[in-house]
Amino acid sequence: MTALTVEKLSIRYGAVEAVRGLSLEVKPGEIVGLIGPNGAGKSSTLHAIMGAAPVTGGDVRLDGTSLVGRRPEDVARRGIALVPEGRRIFGELTVDENLRLGLAGRRRGRNGGGLTRAFDLFPILREFRSRQAGVLSGGQQQQLAIGRALVADPDVLLLDEPSLGLAPKIVDVVFEALTQIRDSGLGVLLVEQRAQRTVALADRSHVLANGELRLTLGPEDASDTDRLVAAYLA
Amino acid sequence: MTLAFLNLTWPTFANGLALGGVYALMAVGIGLVFGVLRLVNFAYGQLIMAGAFALAFGSQWGFPNWASILFCFGVVLGLSVLMDLLVFRPLRTHSPAVMLVATFAVAFLLQNIALLAFGPLGKSAGALAILNAPWDIGGVFIKKIAVISFATAVGCLVILQLLLTRTPLGLHMRAAAMDFRTARLLGVRANWVISGAVIVSGLFAAVSAVMLSVQELTVVPTFGTQDTILVLAGVVLGGLNRPIPATLGGFSIGFANGILGGVLPSNQSQYLPSFLFAAVIVVLLVRPNGLFARGGGTVERV
Repeated sequence: MTALTVEKLSIRYGAVEAVRGLSLEVKPGEIVGLIGPNGAGKSSTLHAIMGAAPVTGGDVRLDGTSLVGRRPEDVARRGIALVPEGRRIFGELTVDENLRLGLAGRRRGRNGGGLTRAFDLFPILREFRSRQAGVLSGGQQQQLAIGRALVADPDVLLLDEPSLGLAPKIVDVVFEALTQIRDSGLGVLLVEQRAQRTVALADRSHVLANGELRLTLGPEDASDTDRLVAAYLA
Repeated sequence: MTLAFLNLTWPTFANGLALGGVYALMAVGIGLVFGVLRLVNFAYGQLIMAGAFALAFGSQWGFPNWASILFCFGVVLGLSVLMDLLVFRPLRTHSPAVMLVATFAVAFLLQNIALLAFGPLGKSAGALAILNAPWDIGGVFIKKIAVISFATAVGCLVILQLLLTRTPLGLHMRAAAMDFRTARLLGVRANWVISGAVIVSGLFAAVSAVMLSVQELTVVPTFGTQDTILVLAGVVLGGLNRPIPATLGGFSIGFANGILGGVLPSNQSQYLPSFLFAAVIVVLLVRPNGLFARGGGTVERV
């Protein structure tokens, strides 16, 4: 069973074509990396999947059902959760309230792991649950953003540069969490700037440049720096 | 016991609290819709006007008071929802300037419809006027409506606070007011949140219509307009994008309005709005971010 299929996706903002003919697939229990230089169309792809960017061609399907033309809240309620770029934590709300907001994306009739799942993965969130989210450190906020996405019990998790601006030690925590999330059976689509780490972690990594898919790499290519650099410069 | 400096007496003080309470409700009603739609609804006063006319017609047609009040709530809520569906939602993604002009248009449209339908002289406010009779509270005579207005306003605000902090819809409304786009990406339904804000805003307009129409003897097409302008000044005074300061701003200007109305000699009461607006300008010159703002808050646009 395929969780998420992106087929010949094109995205256009006015005269600017952000993505052309991108196809990829995310199955349950795998991490798919999406890497490439700034402006390659990585974030646009995630937003298009969520129904928050204008799709001009192609299709996005979840278990065979097309998601194109649906509202972001409806896509979220069908089992796709996004951890947005810059974390987008509600700083004036408490950690607990941020997590309960994630429940908005929960599907009808599903109990899900709910809050416990987030707390088990990131114990720091349980400890700080009554604090204002705005006072957390960047790394803690990133953990909150991922936890918030997980409480909805999604089938597919989209992450937009989760390691951005984090200290190396915290990046380790985040990447370790992604492994655990994969092992629990979710499909993960990971947009990242840290190309080498992403290629090493992901089951497949697609290199996107200028809105087009250039190359697909496996974990064995992580040490092949020349190939990576060539893909970026192509 | 007396507050007799200037002409300030306990009944005047009570009237100030009562008007402050009603204006605070109106401020919240305007602020809730601003929070989710980034739209300042200048037609809020016309909702109140429509509610007051509903009350007046209710008593003219011989409705019992409870039925008149129910009729008023029905008219105001219906009109709020219509305004939302026909004007606010279709224009939601347009610029703030377009939405502002649109609410002005709606305000004048409704006012002129009332003028054509009911005439400039208006209608008698009806049976609830008996609430202007006083209660003897420890030798001080305070109008029943003053006590009822203040208590109702406090009750409404407490219930709203519970809704906002204890229910999922309330949490979604708060999140949408902070960052609508991210809230939607998490699965918060835009339409529910907007409907929630519009309905609570409409309920508060209906309550305000009942309270204000008791104190005024006649309902005219401009009913509620000046109150709305004063409330908007109060909301700006408090800080438009922060709910509690905005509410306090509304309360302050209502309180000041009630007190000054009692203190000023009656031959000078036509200067009352001028005093209030002068005070607003002075406050904004001294504290541009609002009377109750903490630090340098800027208005965020979504």
